[in-house]
Amino acid sequence: MIATIGVASVDALFEEIPEGLRLTAPLAIPDGVSELEIVDDVHRLAARNRSADELVCFAGRGAYDHFIPSVVWALAGRSEFSTSYTPYQPELSQGVLQTLFEFQSMICELTGLEVSNASLYDGATALVEAARMSQTPDRDRIVVAGGVDPRLLETLRTYAAGPGFAIDVLTAPDGRGGVPNALEPDVAAVVVQHPNVHGLLEDVAAWSASAHAAGARSIQVFDPTSLGVLAPPGDLGVDIAVAEGQPLGNHLAFGGPYLGILAARLSDVRRMPGRIVGETIDVAGRPGYVLTLQAREQHIRREKATSNICTNQTLMAIAATVYLAWLGPEGYRELGERCAAKAAYAFEVLCHLPGVTPAFPGAPFFKEFAIRLPRPARDVIDSLVGRGFLAGVPAPWLGDDALLVAVTERRTRTEIDAFGEAMGMALA
Amino acid sequence: MSDIGAPVRRQGPPVATTIKDAARPGRRASRFPELDVPPASLPAGVSRTSPASLPEVSEVDLVRHYTRLSQSSYGLDTGFYPLGSCSMKHNPKVAETAANLPGFSRLHPLQPENTAQGTLELLWRLERALCEITGTARATLQPPAGACGEMTGLLLMRAFHDASGRSRRTVLIPDSAHGTNPASVTLGGYQAVAVPSDARGLVDVDALESMVDEDVAGLMLTNPNTLGLFERDIERIIGAVHDVGALAYYDGANLNAIMGRTRPGDMGFDIVHINTHKTFATPHGGGGPGAGPVGVVDRLVPFLPVPRVERDGETYHLIEDEPRSIGRMHGFHGNIGILVRAYVYISLHGADGLRTVSDRAVLNANYLASLVRDTFPLAHPDVAPMHEFVATAAALERATGIRAMDVAKRVIDLGFHPSTVYFPLVVDEALMIEPTETETKETLDAFAAALVQAASEAHTDPDLLRDAPVTTPVGRLDEARAARHLKLRW
Repeated sequence: MIATIGVASVDALFEEIPEGLRLTAPLAIPDGVSELEIVDDVHRLAARNRSADELVCFAGRGAYDHFIPSVVWALAGRSEFSTSYTPYQPELSQGVLQTLFEFQSMICELTGLEVSNASLYDGATALVEAARMSQTPDRDRIVVAGGVDPRLLETLRTYAAGPGFAIDVLTAPDGRGGVPNALEPDVAAVVVQHPNVHGLLEDVAAWSASAHAAGARSIQVFDPTSLGVLAPPGDLGVDIAVAEGQPLGNHLAFGGPYLGILAARLSDVRRMPGRIVGETIDVAGRPGYVLTLQAREQHIRREKATSNICTNQTLMAIAATVYLAWLGPEGYRELGERCAAKAAYAFEVLCHLPGVTPAFPGAPFFKEFAIRLPRPARDVIDSLVGRGFLAGVPAPWLGDDALLVAVTERRTRTEIDAFGEAMGMALA
Repeated sequence: MSDIGAPVRRQGPPVATTIKDAARPGRRASRFPELDVPPASLPAGVSRTSPASLPEVSEVDLVRHYTRLSQSSYGLDTGFYPLGSCSMKHNPKVAETAANLPGFSRLHPLQPENTAQGTLELLWRLERALCEITGTARATLQPPAGACGEMTGLLLMRAFHDASGRSRRTVLIPDSAHGTNPASVTLGGYQAVAVPSDARGLVDVDALESMVDEDVAGLMLTNPNTLGLFERDIERIIGAVHDVGALAYYDGANLNAIMGRTRPGDMGFDIVHINTHKTFATPHGGGGPGAGPVGVVDRLVPFLPVPRVERDGETYHLIEDEPRSIGRMHGFHGNIGILVRAYVYISLHGADGLRTVSDRAVLNANYLASLVRDTFPLAHPDVAPMHEFVATAAALERATGIRAMDVAKRVIDLGFHPSTVYFPLVVDEALMIEPTETETKETLDAFAAALVQAASEAHTDPDLLRDAPVTTPVGRLDEARAARHLKLRW
């Protein structure tokens, strides 16, 4: 090969690098090892973690321990999917493209909205994209309901430093609500999370009406496991619906890879960020799929693009598609019903413990709720780890004593009873 | 040669038969346990009134449908994938094994840090390795993709300049840059200004020096650049940028060419992003997930996103309280499952192995270039390419009317995924070819032969190219129609 190229050595191929910049010593990283040694190494590291296989998981706040049926990764994990690149040659990528078309279709069915893109990075960055999508030259203010997760708000604030939109955060008087009577004319969108960070149900239609009265868009952050039982965003006047898609067949994986979901009205399709797949025909009139509306995107519009997204989370969207098809309409409803039923049961069990009280008494919730403990939540979580439970997630904005507890369809009555018992002992 | 490039063949029912078409009322694959607690009642008026119209299919329908769709997708495991700028190298299987260990895959992102020590240790080690490879002080592993890494870099630039009390307006980008660069600049609140390339295909340094002033926040550059050429004047380029107090950003798209040979930090770059799905062989999943860690030099460390992993003896912590931090680029900690794979890749190779990776990537690209350059001339023949090269079909187009895209489509029928075409935009009829280090000489020979054959057929039987591909599940698709008659769902 060297002779064909016409050089004396491989080193000669690096002569363009100025001499003063060439490394003279090896990189200071450990020597390469065999696969056998790597497997030992990662097993040792993994064993230092205490996963949801060891700890019965009641943690949520955006990432949930739902059951993942075997078909999901048996199919999404097929290496023709996992080792392919972005479908730049559609004739070689019909499988990926069609699965994304099916993903978009199913997301539209869930949300009651007209168009979906082919995924974004995660729920938090999907909210950022929805906010940008709403911005116009004379509307650069985003109004955020008090029930929106502070984690989403932090992400929104980080990205807002760039395009420079203003963010107003409202207060949620009872852990929810706080719909403004009137909005300023520079408001681009109102953001409400339903179910919200406390698991509580919001009156989304009222939020949408408030947004629309001011000529602003209504954005809802939703939980994709909730729409089998809760009304779809499209029926509540929502213009852009975004979600963390992890609960749809994706692993907890310490926070990623997950997927961002973004659905909107057809009239906004040219403002949508990210890849969108469309159906068309080939030269022989056969149906097929392509990436479409690419004139919106960075590789065509460059500095005028409304989003810089290139890589998305296609493989996670493929997993979500298989999971939703596994559920079917009945399974999707049952999933929501079971989450709600198990959460309601766990709420009763925990709130019967001495010193434990609901943070928002009487407020309806879906699969997550906030309670107050007689001790700091962090201490209780640590103590319950010793008893085999991941008790939940602290909610410091409500006070040190506040704990968010999430209950999925996966939790059994036996586990919930045992959790209540362990919590009782930890608090005694 | 049958194992080289097994293309996606037409098989089974028409591809466009969707899972919805396979559905029949009453079928389902899912089954839940009997409800063991009382049913919950939601308040009136909040409920869904008609079921979500998801497909009703059995498990076997589901398995066959998506298996068939996987078979109409071309992955690295299917064959050679020489997409320029994408570094589509073999993805080691052991990385999948590692990421799928329940100790990693079933970890909640908000569980107490003392129950996630293994993952935090892995992230710490990965950060140290990435900093060593790139010549940076610290890195954030949070950005879930390269474009998000770019956005992170621009927000770091903004925070740095704001902290020093001098706000700036523009960011310089070579005219050959990837589209995400200018898009990120705009989203970062800056104005993108294009720097011209010279006849060699390198940054026109005289032009650059006349463009830098105190309005410039920074420069974004890939090195080797987007044409696959090493910017030999890099010290002068970065010197000019630093002289006006601006920062230099390294787009890591082409890091695969230089590992163990030189480092962006040593060239003078202040901010470096890495595409793990390129350099460190994490599977790209049909368009994602990726991961885009960002390394920085000392003076930018205080501005890095939170949470950050810190080590205290044998214990690892997630630090949130950093008052000068730009904030949070991802809802949680980034694409951790992908970072586990990158860690495995780096561990497998080690220092020597990574240098060999770059040596072979550059060797393979130069070998392939020497096989095809008589047929498809290099766009910039005066500088030897590194890990990829840009050839042009412009002469062929003038002689026969056959375009780069026709050549690419014919290559599909000859059994390969084609190269990148029409990028970078500054080269007419561009064919951007990156073979990567994991391909054998036999594969490179066969691919070169396919390109040469296609060029010859352009003269003798041009319809073979114009009508291609004919072996795939569908032929050329009408993209204009897709955008005009929007059908984005069933």
